[in-house]
Amino acid sequence: MERNITLIALFAALIAALGLIPKLTLAFGVPITAQSMGIMLCGTVLGARRGALAVLLFLALVALGLPLLAGGRGGLGAFAGPAVGFLIGWPVAAFVIGFIVERWRTGPLALVASVASVIGGIGAMYLFGVVGMAILLDKTLIEALMLVTVFLPGDVIKAVLAGMITAALARSRPSSVLSRS
Amino acid sequence: MISLTSPVEIWSHRLPAGLKLAALSLATVLLFATDNPALLGGAVVAVAGLYGTGGVVFFRQGLRNLRVLWPFLLLIALWHGATGQMAAGLVVALRLLAALALANFVTMTTRLSDMVDVLTVLLTPFRRLGLSTRALELSIALVIRFTPTIADKGKLLSLSWRARSPRRPGWRIVVPMAALAIDDAEHVAEALRARGGLEQPRRP
Repeated sequence: MERNITLIALFAALIAALGLIPKLTLAFGVPITAQSMGIMLCGTVLGARRGALAVLLFLALVALGLPLLAGGRGGLGAFAGPAVGFLIGWPVAAFVIGFIVERWRTGPLALVASVASVIGGIGAMYLFGVVGMAILLDKTLIEALMLVTVFLPGDVIKAVLAGMITAALARSRPSSVLSRS
Repeated sequence: MISLTSPVEIWSHRLPAGLKLAALSLATVLLFATDNPALLGGAVVAVAGLYGTGGVVFFRQGLRNLRVLWPFLLLIALWHGATGQMAAGLVVALRLLAALALANFVTMTTRLSDMVDVLTVLLTPFRRLGLSTRALELSIALVIRFTPTIADKGKLLSLSWRARSPRRPGWRIVVPMAALAIDDAEHVAEALRARGGLEQPRRP
């Protein structure tokens, strides 16, 4: 019980820390941070339920007024902006990713976690994000989808990295990769 | 950890947080219910007026917090300029501006502790149902405590990387960062268990 809670809280803090350190902003080109990789790691490491809870906890703290989103943003304004769909999609993405990693137990963890991160972190997250942008910017779904395609290559890279990081964590801290234990 | 609350104290700091949040929700619903550019323009002016009551420093701070919106406003302007539907673009832009600025206003004038109090009140029905909300309250405190800790460890890791390699640290640093977060989690869990754990103290 205590371990679940501290792991959820510390992963929420990890998402925040990944967005806080500009030095860690990976050299991907488009303004992309490691923060959405934190969302993927929540799913791949903590599993569906705990991963989604960690992301929800992180979002709750953003809403309470802490500047935890990448670039020092936060507060209620983050949920009134055009990118709100992506924020709503985050916990869903973590859940989907965790669900896949928990169920698909054959095959190397790096591959499974990467594929799960693509399905959850891109498929599920873009679904919510695109619908949100279509509503808030008054565009059709196709038009909104075109607007976010610039971020697609970066997110694919991050999904693959998330898979590799998960496999490395499973080697160094096997008992803590809850999605596989 | 720094919160987004404005250091410039204005009248709105003294209003109850619940009232501000309820008013914000209502105002946001109304903003999305109308397509009238005149009404939305009026809303933007009214929100700017709200910021104005806080003085120049507060107003500037509010403007800075709206930076995230510029790319979207530019995009809307280009898009609608190209398709010639300027009126529709104006509606979208004004609505976004008013909704975002108003939400920021509430965040800027409400202390973190007041926000947490509102959350505690909102969770009361769950406590009535017998669910413990201690776990949530504890996790909020843990995240606030450990975010700077993990960020500092990340900085140290990236410094020690630089001491050994001419190349940028990049994504590789995330592995030890996550491993350290996991270690911290295990230690805190142990410490909590040693102090009686999360169970509510039982009454005899």
